[in-house]
Amino acid sequence: MNPDLPILVLLGAVSIASALGLLLSRNAIYAALFLVLNFGVGAVIYLLLNAPFIAVVQVSVYAGAIMVLFVFVIMLLGAERLSPGENPPGTSFQRPLAIALSGLLMGLAIYVLFARQPPAVAAPPPDSSPLAVGLSLFGPYVFPFEVVSVLLLVAMVGAVVLTRNR
Amino acid sequence: MDSTTFVVLLSSVLFIIGVLGVLLRRSALLIFMSVELMLNAANLAFVAYAHRWAQLDGQIFVFFVMAVAAAEVAVGLALIVTIFRTKRSTNVDDLAALRG
Repeated sequence: MNPDLPILVLLGAVSIASALGLLLSRNAIYAALFLVLNFGVGAVIYLLLNAPFIAVVQVSVYAGAIMVLFVFVIMLLGAERLSPGENPPGTSFQRPLAIALSGLLMGLAIYVLFARQPPAVAAPPPDSSPLAVGLSLFGPYVFPFEVVSVLLLVAMVGAVVLTRNR
Repeated sequence: MDSTTFVVLLSSVLFIIGVLGVLLRRSALLIFMSVELMLNAANLAFVAYAHRWAQLDGQIFVFFVMAVAAAEVAVGLALIVTIFRTKRSTNVDDLAALRG
Protein backbone atom coordinates (compact mmCIF):
# COMPACT_ATOMS: atom_id res chain seq x y z
CA MET A 1 0.00 0.00 0.00
CA ASN A 2 1.49 3.29 -1.05
CA PRO A 3 0.14 6.16 1.08
CA ASP A 4 -1.30 9.07 -0.78
CA LEU A 5 0.77 12.21 -0.59
CA PRO A 6 -2.24 14.60 -0.33
CA ILE A 7 -3.52 12.82 2.79
CA LEU A 8 -0.02 12.95 4.28
CA VAL A 9 0.25 16.68 3.52
CA LEU A 10 -3.07 17.29 5.27
CA LEU A 11 -2.01 15.21 8.30
CA GLY A 12 1.36 16.96 8.34
CA ALA A 13 -0.33 20.37 8.42
CA VAL A 14 -2.45 19.33 11.42
CA SER A 15 0.62 17.83 13.09
CA ILE A 16 2.74 20.97 12.66
CA ALA A 17 -0.14 23.23 13.74
CA SER A 18 -0.64 21.24 16.95
CA ALA A 19 3.11 21.27 17.64
CA LEU A 20 3.14 25.06 17.22
CA GLY A 21 0.15 25.22 19.57
CA LEU A 22 2.21 23.32 22.13
CA LEU A 23 5.13 25.70 21.61
CA LEU A 24 3.08 28.90 21.92
CA SER A 25 0.31 28.10 24.43
CA ARG A 26 0.18 29.97 27.73
CA ASN A 27 -1.67 27.22 29.58
CA ALA A 28 -0.08 23.87 30.35
CA ILE A 29 -3.38 21.98 29.99
CA TYR A 30 -3.88 23.41 26.48
CA ALA A 31 -0.31 22.43 25.64
CA ALA A 32 -0.95 18.87 26.84
CA LEU A 33 -4.14 18.62 24.75
CA PHE A 34 -2.28 19.94 21.68
CA LEU A 35 0.30 17.21 22.27
CA VAL A 36 -2.49 14.57 22.45
CA LEU A 37 -3.74 15.82 19.06
CA ASN A 38 -0.20 15.60 17.70
CA PHE A 39 0.17 12.00 18.91
CA GLY A 40 -3.22 11.09 17.42
CA VAL A 41 -2.19 12.44 14.02
CA GLY A 42 1.08 10.53 14.39
CA ALA A 43 -0.91 7.32 14.90
CA VAL A 44 -2.82 7.93 11.66
CA ILE A 45 0.47 8.48 9.81
CA TYR A 46 1.75 5.17 11.24
CA LEU A 47 -1.36 3.45 9.88
CA LEU A 48 -0.66 4.93 6.44
CA LEU A 49 2.95 3.72 6.68
CA ASN A 50 1.93 0.09 7.18
CA ALA A 51 2.59 0.01 10.96
CA PRO A 52 -0.74 -0.89 12.61
CA PHE A 53 0.80 -2.29 15.81
CA ILE A 54 2.84 0.88 16.39
CA ALA A 55 -0.24 3.01 15.69
CA VAL A 56 -2.28 1.27 18.39
CA VAL A 57 0.62 1.39 20.86
CA GLN A 58 1.00 5.10 20.08
CA VAL A 59 -2.63 5.76 20.99
CA SER A 60 -2.70 3.60 24.10
CA VAL A 61 0.76 4.39 25.53
CA TYR A 62 1.54 7.91 24.31
CA ALA A 63 -1.85 9.57 23.91
CA GLY A 64 -3.30 7.44 26.70
CA ALA A 65 -0.95 6.63 29.57
CA ILE A 66 1.77 9.26 29.19
CA MET A 67 -0.50 12.23 28.53
CA VAL A 68 -2.92 11.21 31.31
CA LEU A 69 0.10 11.26 33.62
CA PHE A 70 1.02 14.74 32.35
CA VAL A 71 -2.49 16.15 32.79
CA PHE A 72 -2.74 14.51 36.20
CA VAL A 73 0.51 16.11 37.40
CA ILE A 74 -0.41 19.53 35.95
CA MET A 75 -3.73 19.49 37.80
CA LEU A 76 -2.19 18.04 40.97
CA LEU A 77 0.35 20.85 41.13
CA GLY A 78 -2.11 23.53 39.97
CA ALA A 79 0.64 24.75 37.65
CA GLU A 80 -1.40 25.19 34.50
CA ARG A 81 -0.96 28.97 34.20
CA LEU A 82 2.43 29.78 32.72
CA SER A 83 3.78 33.27 33.22
CA PRO A 84 5.98 34.62 30.42
CA GLY A 85 8.53 35.79 32.98
CA GLU A 86 11.52 38.00 32.28
CA ASN A 87 15.03 37.00 31.33
CA PRO A 88 17.53 36.54 34.13
CA PRO A 89 20.25 39.24 33.88
CA GLY A 90 22.88 38.65 31.22
CA THR A 91 20.92 36.05 29.23
CA SER A 92 18.89 38.23 26.86
CA PHE A 93 21.02 37.10 23.90
CA GLN A 94 20.08 33.46 24.43
CA ARG A 95 16.60 33.43 22.91
CA PRO A 96 17.55 34.86 19.47
CA LEU A 97 20.61 32.60 19.48
CA ALA A 98 18.40 29.57 20.20
CA ILE A 99 16.08 30.45 17.32
CA ALA A 100 19.01 31.05 14.94
CA LEU A 101 20.71 27.75 15.85
CA SER A 102 17.43 25.85 15.49
CA GLY A 103 16.97 27.37 12.03
CA LEU A 104 20.50 26.27 11.16
CA LEU A 105 19.72 22.72 12.34
CA MET A 106 16.55 22.71 10.22
CA GLY A 107 18.53 23.83 7.18
CA LEU A 108 21.11 21.10 7.75
CA ALA A 109 18.38 18.47 8.08
CA ILE A 110 16.78 19.58 4.81
CA TYR A 111 20.18 19.61 3.07
CA VAL A 112 21.06 16.09 4.25
CA LEU A 113 17.60 14.82 3.33
CA PHE A 114 17.72 16.10 -0.24
CA ALA A 115 21.44 15.76 -0.95
CA ARG A 116 21.60 12.07 -0.03
CA GLN A 117 18.59 10.50 -1.69
CA PRO A 118 18.62 6.73 -1.15
CA PRO A 119 18.17 4.52 -4.19
CA ALA A 120 14.71 3.24 -4.92
CA VAL A 121 13.95 -0.26 -3.67
CA ALA A 122 11.11 -2.35 -4.99
CA ALA A 123 10.83 -4.80 -2.10
CA PRO A 124 7.39 -6.03 -1.10
CA PRO A 125 6.17 -4.51 2.17
CA PRO A 126 6.88 -6.81 5.12
CA ASP A 127 4.25 -8.52 7.17
CA SER A 128 3.81 -5.92 9.95
CA SER A 129 0.90 -7.55 11.75
CA PRO A 130 1.04 -7.70 15.55
CA LEU A 131 1.93 -11.39 15.17
CA ALA A 132 5.04 -10.57 13.12
CA VAL A 133 6.04 -7.77 15.53
CA GLY A 134 5.60 -10.12 18.50
CA LEU A 135 7.64 -12.88 16.86
CA SER A 136 10.40 -10.35 16.18
CA LEU A 137 10.26 -9.00 19.75
CA PHE A 138 10.55 -12.47 21.28
CA GLY A 139 12.93 -13.76 18.62
CA PRO A 140 15.95 -11.65 17.60
CA TYR A 141 15.10 -8.80 19.99
CA VAL A 142 14.41 -10.83 23.14
CA PHE A 143 17.43 -9.48 25.06
CA PRO A 144 16.57 -5.77 24.55
CA PHE A 145 12.99 -6.67 25.43
CA GLU A 146 14.10 -8.09 28.79
CA VAL A 147 16.34 -5.06 29.39
CA VAL A 148 13.30 -2.82 28.83
CA SER A 149 11.39 -4.72 31.51
CA VAL A 150 14.22 -4.07 33.99
CA LEU A 151 14.26 -0.40 32.91
CA LEU A 152 10.53 -0.06 33.58
CA LEU A 153 10.98 -1.66 37.00
CA VAL A 154 13.81 0.78 37.82
CA ALA A 155 11.66 3.72 36.67
CA MET A 156 8.75 2.54 38.81
CA VAL A 157 10.94 2.17 41.91
CA GLY A 158 12.58 5.53 41.17
CA ALA A 159 9.24 7.33 40.87
CA VAL A 160 8.03 5.84 44.16
CA VAL A 161 11.25 6.71 45.99
CA LEU A 162 11.37 10.27 44.61
CA THR A 163 7.78 11.20 45.55
CA ARG A 164 7.57 9.44 48.91
CA ASN A 165 6.85 11.65 51.91
CA ARG A 166 9.68 11.81 54.40
CA MET B 1 8.61 14.29 -3.54
CA ASP B 2 7.82 10.76 -2.45
CA SER B 3 5.98 9.99 0.76
CA THR B 4 9.07 8.84 2.70
CA THR B 5 10.88 12.12 2.06
CA PHE B 6 7.78 14.04 3.10
CA VAL B 7 7.34 12.12 6.36
CA VAL B 8 11.03 12.50 7.26
CA LEU B 9 10.77 16.23 6.48
CA LEU B 10 7.70 16.43 8.74
CA SER B 11 9.64 14.53 11.39
CA SER B 12 12.52 17.02 11.25
CA VAL B 13 10.13 20.00 11.44
CA LEU B 14 8.47 18.48 14.53
CA PHE B 15 11.91 17.80 16.02
CA ILE B 16 12.95 21.43 15.51
CA ILE B 17 9.70 22.64 17.13
CA GLY B 18 10.56 20.37 20.08
CA VAL B 19 14.08 21.84 20.24
CA LEU B 20 12.60 25.35 20.23
CA GLY B 21 10.23 24.35 23.03
CA VAL B 22 13.10 23.05 25.16
CA LEU B 23 15.19 26.17 24.51
CA LEU B 24 12.52 28.88 24.72
CA ARG B 25 9.96 27.77 27.31
CA ARG B 26 10.54 28.24 31.04
CA SER B 27 8.09 25.78 32.55
CA ALA B 28 9.68 22.42 33.33
CA LEU B 29 6.39 20.76 32.29
CA LEU B 30 6.45 22.45 28.86
CA ILE B 31 10.11 21.50 28.38
CA PHE B 32 9.23 17.92 29.20
CA MET B 33 6.35 17.86 26.72
CA SER B 34 8.71 19.22 24.07
CA VAL B 35 11.09 16.33 24.78
CA GLU B 36 8.16 13.97 24.16
CA LEU B 37 7.50 15.76 20.88
CA MET B 38 11.13 15.21 19.84
CA LEU B 39 10.98 11.50 20.73
CA ASN B 40 7.79 11.23 18.69
CA ALA B 41 9.46 12.95 15.73
CA ALA B 42 12.30 10.40 15.89
CA ASN B 43 9.72 7.59 15.94
CA LEU B 44 8.12 9.05 12.82
CA ALA B 45 11.45 8.91 10.98
CA PHE B 46 12.00 5.31 12.17
CA VAL B 47 8.61 4.17 10.84
CA ALA B 48 9.05 6.11 7.58
CA TYR B 49 12.35 4.38 6.83
CA ALA B 50 11.02 1.01 8.00
CA HIS B 51 8.33 1.46 5.37
CA ARG B 52 10.86 2.68 2.81
CA TRP B 53 13.24 -0.26 3.16
CA ALA B 54 10.46 -2.80 3.79
CA GLN B 55 11.99 -3.90 7.10
CA LEU B 56 10.23 -4.57 10.38
CA ASP B 57 13.21 -3.61 12.59
CA GLY B 58 12.40 0.10 12.53
CA GLN B 59 9.03 -0.59 14.08
CA ILE B 60 10.66 -2.71 16.81
CA PHE B 61 12.94 0.23 17.64
CA VAL B 62 9.91 2.52 17.89
CA PHE B 63 8.49 0.10 20.44
CA PHE B 64 11.69 0.38 22.52
CA VAL B 65 11.73 4.18 22.21
CA MET B 66 8.16 4.27 23.53
CA ALA B 67 9.11 2.07 26.50
CA VAL B 68 12.07 4.34 27.32
CA ALA B 69 9.82 7.42 26.95
CA ALA B 70 7.32 5.94 29.41
CA ALA B 71 10.09 5.27 31.94
CA GLU B 72 11.49 8.77 31.41
CA VAL B 73 8.08 10.38 31.95
CA ALA B 74 7.52 8.47 35.20
CA VAL B 75 10.86 9.53 36.68
CA GLY B 76 10.78 13.05 35.22
CA LEU B 77 7.31 13.88 36.52
CA ALA B 78 8.30 12.50 39.93
CA LEU B 79 11.28 14.89 39.87
CA ILE B 80 9.03 17.82 38.89
CA VAL B 81 6.60 17.01 41.73
CA THR B 82 9.48 16.82 44.21
CA ILE B 83 10.97 20.11 43.00
CA PHE B 84 7.53 21.75 43.17
CA ARG B 85 7.21 20.72 46.82
CA THR B 86 10.33 22.66 47.80
CA LYS B 87 10.29 25.58 45.31
CA ARG B 88 6.50 26.01 44.79
CA SER B 89 7.25 26.61 41.11
CA THR B 90 7.91 24.75 37.86
CA ASN B 91 9.89 27.64 36.37
CA VAL B 92 13.38 26.43 35.50
CA ASP B 93 14.82 29.92 36.14
CA ASP B 94 13.99 29.45 39.84
CA LEU B 95 16.17 26.32 40.03
CA ALA B 96 19.43 28.15 40.64
CA ALA B 97 20.59 26.32 43.77
CA LEU B 98 23.58 24.80 41.96
CA ARG B 99 24.80 28.13 40.54
CA GLY B 100 28.52 28.48 41.25
